[in-house]
Amino acid sequence: MSSTTGTVSAHPAGEFASLYQPSSQFYDEMVAADGGIRPAWAQFVPRLDELGPEGLTQRTEQARRLLRENGVTYNVYGASQDLERPWDLDPLPILLPESEWQPLSEAVQQRALLLDRLLADIYGPQTVLKSGVLPPHAIFQHPGYLPPCAGIVPAGGVFLHWYAAQLARRPDGSWAVLGDRTQGPSGAGYAVENRIIVSRTLPQDFQSSNVVRLASFFIALRNTLANLARQHRDNPRVVLLTPGPSSSRYFEDVYLARYLGYTLVEGGDLTVRGVGVYLKTLGGLLPVDVILRRMVDADCDPLELHPDSSWGIPGLVQAARDGQVVIANALGSGFLEAPILQPYLPAVCRHLLGQELKLLGAQTWWCGQREQRLYVEENLENLIIRPAFRQRKARTHAGWLLSQDDKSKLLAEVRAHPTQFIAQEPISGSTAPIWNGTELQPWHVTFRAYAVAHEGGYQIMPGGLSRAAPRSEMLTESMTAGQRSKDVWILADRPVETITLLRPPSTALELRRTGNDLPSRAADHLFWLGRLIERAEAKVRHVRSIVARMTSELQPAGLAELHMLFVALDDTWESPVANLDLDDPDAWPQLREAVWEFLYDPKRKGGLLETLQNANRTASIVRDRISIDGWRIVNQLELHPQAVDDDEPVAVDLAEALMPLNHLLTLLSAFSGLSTDSMTRGPGWRFLDIGRRIERALQAVKLIRGLLVDAQADLLPRLEAMLEIADSSMTYRYRYLTTLQLAPVLDLVLVDETNPRAVGFQLVALAEHVKNLSRDRGEFARSPQQKLMLAAQAALRLVDVEAFCSVNGLEDRVLLDDFLEQVATDLRSLSDSITHTYLTHTALARQLDTLVTSDNR
Amino acid sequence: MQYSVRHTTTYSYSDSVALCQNQIHLTPRPTPWQSCADFELEISPEPFIRRCWTDIFGNEVWYFSIEEPHKELSITGRSKVAVIPHSAVGSQLTPSWETVRDQLAAASTLELRLAAQFCFESWYVHYLPQALDYAAASFQPDRPILDAAIDLMSRIHADFKYVPASTAVTTSTAEVMQRRCGVCQDFAHLQITCLRSLGLAARYVSGYLMTDPPPGQPKLVGADASHAWLSIFCPGIGWVDLDPTNNVIPHLRHVTVGWGRDYSDVCPIQGVFTGGGKHAMEVSVDVSPIASAAE
Repeated sequence: MSSTTGTVSAHPAGEFASLYQPSSQFYDEMVAADGGIRPAWAQFVPRLDELGPEGLTQRTEQARRLLRENGVTYNVYGASQDLERPWDLDPLPILLPESEWQPLSEAVQQRALLLDRLLADIYGPQTVLKSGVLPPHAIFQHPGYLPPCAGIVPAGGVFLHWYAAQLARRPDGSWAVLGDRTQGPSGAGYAVENRIIVSRTLPQDFQSSNVVRLASFFIALRNTLANLARQHRDNPRVVLLTPGPSSSRYFEDVYLARYLGYTLVEGGDLTVRGVGVYLKTLGGLLPVDVILRRMVDADCDPLELHPDSSWGIPGLVQAARDGQVVIANALGSGFLEAPILQPYLPAVCRHLLGQELKLLGAQTWWCGQREQRLYVEENLENLIIRPAFRQRKARTHAGWLLSQDDKSKLLAEVRAHPTQFIAQEPISGSTAPIWNGTELQPWHVTFRAYAVAHEGGYQIMPGGLSRAAPRSEMLTESMTAGQRSKDVWILADRPVETITLLRPPSTALELRRTGNDLPSRAADHLFWLGRLIERAEAKVRHVRSIVARMTSELQPAGLAELHMLFVALDDTWESPVANLDLDDPDAWPQLREAVWEFLYDPKRKGGLLETLQNANRTASIVRDRISIDGWRIVNQLELHPQAVDDDEPVAVDLAEALMPLNHLLTLLSAFSGLSTDSMTRGPGWRFLDIGRRIERALQAVKLIRGLLVDAQADLLPRLEAMLEIADSSMTYRYRYLTTLQLAPVLDLVLVDETNPRAVGFQLVALAEHVKNLSRDRGEFARSPQQKLMLAAQAALRLVDVEAFCSVNGLEDRVLLDDFLEQVATDLRSLSDSITHTYLTHTALARQLDTLVTSDNR
Repeated sequence: MQYSVRHTTTYSYSDSVALCQNQIHLTPRPTPWQSCADFELEISPEPFIRRCWTDIFGNEVWYFSIEEPHKELSITGRSKVAVIPHSAVGSQLTPSWETVRDQLAAASTLELRLAAQFCFESWYVHYLPQALDYAAASFQPDRPILDAAIDLMSRIHADFKYVPASTAVTTSTAEVMQRRCGVCQDFAHLQITCLRSLGLAARYVSGYLMTDPPPGQPKLVGADASHAWLSIFCPGIGWVDLDPTNNVIPHLRHVTVGWGRDYSDVCPIQGVFTGGGKHAMEVSVDVSPIASAAE
């Protein structure tokens, strides 16, 4: 489309802003070709002068801090799965006047409508093929063309419920499409997050600038999806289908699910029964009306689409065919993402809409045609080479950046598979100011616009996601290292309405007390999160007591309990440590090293860092079930040694670990406090707490066995350590003053049902939990878990603590040891039994042996 | 010729299966020379739900699910099929294969545009340089397309050994070329690969073949099997079937069930199940001439 930004008034820039000197080669968003400031920026540029370098640096830092606190990350495309990076946001927004935005958004609307109609045609009458508007090779070669989807007409005839256009400007300011995103386009969630953060970073500017709010887009999306439901129209169940935590877009999936109020599900959480789709929850199967799909379509159904897909939902295509469930976007929509379609779209637009296409793509050459391929070969250094059909992990090459060697390799590949490649003219995009810490620098920007099907047409998000990079070719690929994002402000010339995402008042909701839609899988992860958090806490307390003893001014060799503490902490010490003679001063460096590894080495099996990382990973899988505050805490659960030079021998100073350990304890307690105080007593909380209780009891049992069963060594320091690790010293002193004896200590940490650290307390809590679990299922007979708990509780209540203390000429306190072993066994049985009854997901679906047709001749 | 066709597949599992979803291509489709009557689908245990529709290639497809625990699943398709003689094509009279290739690339008529969907790579068929080399000996310059394709069929029949159960569904065409052996499905995929690599249109045909008992012995019930061959597009004539496994142009003894881009589009029985432990499959196919219809 043509540029509508020709009008430029010559606002002079102030002293600081005038240092910004974009290249005249490109269109700049802020500065016009004649050096004047564009009108939309007239109010903003004086603010840049006002803020100056310090102000901008401070705002940038603030934005970064907010992003970090909110845990906003993205996975680098193609990088290893663990590589989550913080989202990088430049606080300076891009400003667009509504007068320019209006025609652009109309053009995006037209394009969305065109792509929707094209999908309906491809999976319907195929008139574009039959009339010759779209050649067969552009359709049938496409791996995203899915024949099983042919003939399926979704509710209301809408195929494309939401869509994103990747846009960039040509040097004359006109807009071009770099790509179409039609399978649950990513970035809309980041756009919201950017907006929240930038509006907090530049609050006055945001409030005084008539910035059009983004929320209207999401309200439209929610309305659209709610109206698609065939049943339960008053309160349909909409789920957001994510490929899972290994996906590069998982953060955003969680974010959107929460923002839109949908249940986040993975393929394994859904099942097709009859021709309906159901969510597997603790409360049984619940019907699903609408699936907001963020999973690639070919992976969605192993029965009909992709036999190798292990995370799809068998029968989903049939459910869509039957119209029992609506999938947004329709299965098969990945077809539209192929760059090979670009050159044909103007004709397709005339054919399907009877209109001229307003928003064109980059000029495109298909290497499958000989003449076009020859052109590409001759002009390689001026072109971008891309796969003709957008595929996962597909690479884009900028011809001018290729070495001679790479060039011949690429050409060889193009010649071997010419039909699989296209070339496009590069579109460098406009430039916009970015604060790099020392100066305002012109970076290249692209812009992603979002459309949602609404009331027969498309509504456009007023704003979008902008990506910026110092060189234009860095923008040809997905979000990669070195890029930043920017917020985009559409400026109205009158005050704007403030909108929130709460429901319109006209729909009265049925009151509910339980959210019984907790997927069994999520319950399983919450259970394990509870266990891991508790395990981490036990380890921190335990290792802290070791570190404190090793770094105290007392003669360490005199600390008889130290060796036992070591052994009790972990039974996997390497033999030199386990057998160390603590009286030998030469052994100490080795000991320190071992503790250091336990604390800081992520590869140390059973070490503290490993436990923390497991807790973190588990939490990230159920991020949608943890409050923002809870997530903020989990994000801080880490432990870093002070910077050490690799070449220098490590001078291990364990004393410096004490403070971070104390900090970790505070965080872990804060998380437990949050879950106690802020989580609704629904099934999610219950499983988290069951996990915590089981783990706490197991850890206490392990500690008592490790420290108090031995009848040989000096008892007093061990009793002291026991009370210290079990956080029960204070209670003990209140009750018994300073006289330390085994029986009262055992009573306090094992039997006492009022001490939140005692085994007895955990059993009471667990008994209550299992009772409620079976009640929630409407069962009246005692469940096996209830029976198990009754027996364990009775056994503990009947113990004779005095008898446990006796030794009877034996080396160890055998009675105590046997009893504790029985408690541990009961707890493990309970864990298994709960998992078996409530958490086992239906086994993985498998393909029938598709044996070769045995044939004859 | 009139046949009665029965195709039974039985799966047995060591553990019970809680849920299975299946898709079936067993209905012989109508063609200009074939008609099908009284198709019946018998499934045990009785499915929770059944659906039937026609896919983009015109094949009848069935979907069903079983949602009660079961240790055995049996699927039987029965039908009566009539095949009438259809005239053989004069292969020397077909246009040169290069002409056809160029016509398909230009796709200037409706017939060509629809045929062109069978020119491209698909799940089991990928362009293969060695297949191109192999085909070259048959596809000499200017040779009539059908003449060349029949020659290729004969060469595959001569060069590749038929070895039952020598390959699995996952065996690639490249592997088959290397091993020089396979089953009907492999030979069909191989010739399709050759033809598509040349830029021609070829589709996969799934069906049955009527077999004769060894001389002097009665025909055994269930001794037949499902079969596969291919079809090549010749402008003006349409699609011509070729059976490289038997080196014949299918005629009255071949019963067509369906066609698609490759095996994955017309797999007789596809299923996904949960539970079940180990499972075994048994297939029995019976194609018998109906006595009243004289040949």
